[in-house]
Amino acid sequence: MVEVRLLISSDGNTVQLFMMQFMLLFSRQGKLRLQKWYVPLSDKEKKKITRELVQTVLARKPKMCSFLEWRDLKIVYKRYASLYFCCAIEDQDNELITLEIIHRYVELLDKYFGSVCELDIIFNFEKAYFILDEFLLGGEAQETSKKNVLKAIEQADLLQEGILGKTPHNMSPALVTATPSEYKWFQVGVERRKLKRQQLPELYCPNEVRTF
Amino acid sequence: MSPSVPLQEMIRAIRSARTQCEERGVIQRECAAIRAQFRQTDNGGRSHNLAKLLYVHMLGYPAHFGQMECVRMIASPRYSEKRVGYLGAMMLLDEKQDASLLITNSIKNDLSHSNQYVQSLALCTLACMGSAEMCRDLAPEIDRLLRSSNSYIKKKAALCAVHIVRKVHDLGELFVPSARSLLSEKNHGVLHGAVVLITELCERSPETLERFRKTVPDLVQIMKGLVISGYSPDHDVAGVSDPFLQVRILRLLRILGRNNEAASDAMNDLLAQVATNTDSTKTVGNAVLYETVLTVLDIKSESGLRVLAVNILGRFLLNNDRNIRYIAMTSLQKIVSTDHNAVQRHRGTIVDCLKDQDASVKRRALELSLALVSASNIRSMMKELLIFLSSCPPELRAQAASGIFNAAERYAPSKRWHIDTILHVLTTAGGDVRDETVPNLIQLITNTSELHCYTVHKLYRALFTDISQQPLVQVACWCIGEYGDLLLKGECQETEAVQVTEDDVLDALEIVLQSHMSTPTTRGFALTATMKLSTRITDNVDRIRSIVSIYGSCIDVELQQRAVEYNALFKKYDHMRAAVLERMPVIQKNSLGQTNGELSEEPMKESQPGKVKQEETALPPQPAGQVVDLLDLLGGSQEPLQPGSSVGGSASTQLTAAPSSAGGDLLDLLGGFEPTPLAPAPTVTVYEKNGVTLTLSCEQQSESGLTVTLTASNSTDSDISGFTLQAAVPKSVQLQMRAPSRDSLPAHGGAKLTQLVVLNNPNKVNLKMRIRVSYTCQGSVVQDMVQVDSFPGL
Repeated sequence: MVEVRLLISSDGNTVQLFMMQFMLLFSRQGKLRLQKWYVPLSDKEKKKITRELVQTVLARKPKMCSFLEWRDLKIVYKRYASLYFCCAIEDQDNELITLEIIHRYVELLDKYFGSVCELDIIFNFEKAYFILDEFLLGGEAQETSKKNVLKAIEQADLLQEGILGKTPHNMSPALVTATPSEYKWFQVGVERRKLKRQQLPELYCPNEVRTF
Repeated sequence: MSPSVPLQEMIRAIRSARTQCEERGVIQRECAAIRAQFRQTDNGGRSHNLAKLLYVHMLGYPAHFGQMECVRMIASPRYSEKRVGYLGAMMLLDEKQDASLLITNSIKNDLSHSNQYVQSLALCTLACMGSAEMCRDLAPEIDRLLRSSNSYIKKKAALCAVHIVRKVHDLGELFVPSARSLLSEKNHGVLHGAVVLITELCERSPETLERFRKTVPDLVQIMKGLVISGYSPDHDVAGVSDPFLQVRILRLLRILGRNNEAASDAMNDLLAQVATNTDSTKTVGNAVLYETVLTVLDIKSESGLRVLAVNILGRFLLNNDRNIRYIAMTSLQKIVSTDHNAVQRHRGTIVDCLKDQDASVKRRALELSLALVSASNIRSMMKELLIFLSSCPPELRAQAASGIFNAAERYAPSKRWHIDTILHVLTTAGGDVRDETVPNLIQLITNTSELHCYTVHKLYRALFTDISQQPLVQVACWCIGEYGDLLLKGECQETEAVQVTEDDVLDALEIVLQSHMSTPTTRGFALTATMKLSTRITDNVDRIRSIVSIYGSCIDVELQQRAVEYNALFKKYDHMRAAVLERMPVIQKNSLGQTNGELSEEPMKESQPGKVKQEETALPPQPAGQVVDLLDLLGGSQEPLQPGSSVGGSASTQLTAAPSSAGGDLLDLLGGFEPTPLAPAPTVTVYEKNGVTLTLSCEQQSESGLTVTLTASNSTDSDISGFTLQAAVPKSVQLQMRAPSRDSLPAHGGAKLTQLVVLNNPNKVNLKMRIRVSYTCQGSVVQDMVQVDSFPGL
């Protein structure tokens, strides 16, 4: 069971706690693309929770509310093209700001991969994790500036390549995205994939170095 | 950063597998290769291998053999390997694994690494999966990092400290000074981390909360800066400057201002400013407004501000975005008790939300509507709620039904309205109401004596419309039984009377009895009602008698027992019948509860004296010796019955085959007699085989009643267990088998087994009995049959 953390403080009132317990990304067929757990649970429990939650969320109709109560948690989810982003927060958390967190993460992915689509996340799942870990720490947002997050990831990537100390490419200032509206991933992603398939048999050219 | 080719090739291979089986094959091969590579010493591809393993793990396959590799890679000097190693640690290790302790040292070293990105990895991992011991070990390090000059590290250290405090509450003290100083930072990331840390510290300890109250002015200052200042491209989201930070500061202000006048005063202006200036056309603005509203409602704010907050919620209710409506209702739910009038103003919108498509919104609307019901709006609200009930999703029905009942009970403008409402609910959602609804309704009806006629007419009609809703049918049967005479009178002031004959009424009850939709409980109600009518009607008593006696051989034990006892009431205790079945007195609510309580205890007591466990196959009916519901309904007479007797529960409990040595309790209570076998009775041996002897003796009790005693003994060398007797008699003869005295026969005639059989032969047919004997001896089961044609002493 996911632990419910309700404290009784010394003056006898229950104390509110705010925390994101986990974040899941899964496709419309229910395949898990990313899972980040901020509470300690056994593998079996994680699988059970994932299975149940995926079923519950996939059963929701398109126009329904982004929030649902599940067990004793609040689930905030949003669908971007073919991926569901799903966060579990505690009872006292602000659901609307969680939606904003999800959106910010999507924006970061989009900026990093350049019009990201599900395949990017599948084939570069470890990078999706690195980006998430640069944005959220222990379930809380650590950096509220998009630009700074991307800069940090870039630097870390350069470090990984062994290109330590080189000046990074000029990063264009983070553009303020218009509204938290739907990203038209699917169209762009499809076009890009079609293009790639025509040009290259495989999705990635091993020698291509990402620039952004 | 260049993609990992080996990883991507593997992913491609897995995805191209067409079946689950093929996929498993690919993965097994890959895992074998990975394992082999792990065993090799350092090669360039270590991070790729671990990444592959992590992918396989995400698909759901076991990957624990990678745990040690993670530990090794974390200790590697190469950043690429560290990065994947830490990722692996966060995915594969958690505090429950032993291997997690092994990385404590590496984390410690990396926390003091010269490169901030390495430090960052260590901080991230600690904050994600650090166990309590690790946290205790590393807390001083974290505190040191909180004081570093590097903002990048400071912000991460702050959140790491939050995790530590969550894991080990006492360590909160350690971070208080650094947290305080972090509030003067300019960097938003650090500020955000500091605010989260302070929030966590204040939540955990009221003393710390006191100390941090002094920071309210600083926080107000920071917020003002965010709200008023111009456009800041780094932190702007759709026109709101750093909404994440704003929300966290508002939350902290809430905690600091709660129950404290001074602090609440200091933040009043700011909250008003945020509430009015924030752009509410986008979700992000609404997120900040929402947090503001929550804060205003939680602290000791002045009334003008509260009104402002409730109005914001009202505006949210009218928002097109379903999410906003949902959270508005959630917040209104919290304040409906304190600011009832303010919320009442929005009642119309809330009731409209009952018709929303989304189940979550519906649920919220239902809860809020139920909370808004009051004496003045009960009629209109109930109309809406009943409409909702007829079309609501199944998971909300039970809640809606019970909410409606509560509301009706509290605010019913008239008894008739109350009864009507309950009937309406029973017809719409009868299957979802709680069990106590039926007795509650019955009690309500009994107490409303002026409406008996009206009620029974309505229920009679309802019975014909829908026979499937069990609670409704149960109440209807009960009413017809109690007030059948009013039904037959054919006149009613409140509603149009039905013209029914006695046969019609009995037909209705019989339909219920025979319908396949009726549960055993419902049938019980119907049978009792039929019986009660025997005193209320004049012509068709015989019909009732025949109905009742048919059920004397029903398979359902409960019904059978009732029928048999009613039969007894007809035959032996006819003089008492009218008294037993007369109109129910007004039930006191307490005694009804007590009755159920007492009676439900008794079956427990009964099971202790181990007489109970007998596996009797049900060929002949068993008199379970339980008290009939008549005893329940008699209201006053709750004297605990003799300890030896078993007191059955109310209609719902069905004790199977619970034999007791004291016989029919109803008969006992009426001062009846215990049918005892008379000792000197002529006995005859009816069966003798394989050392097992069965003798029979009988005694005439009354003109048609006969008691037969069967005695069995075992003269073999081995014990016999599971000894059972079954008896069958001609059709018109009624038979009751009492519990046998034992079910095993020790060898060499150590003890005898006695069983009583009570027969009733009203038609005086030629009495024959077929007895089947079955027992287990030396591991093998023996069954035999014997026919008794002549009874001694007859």
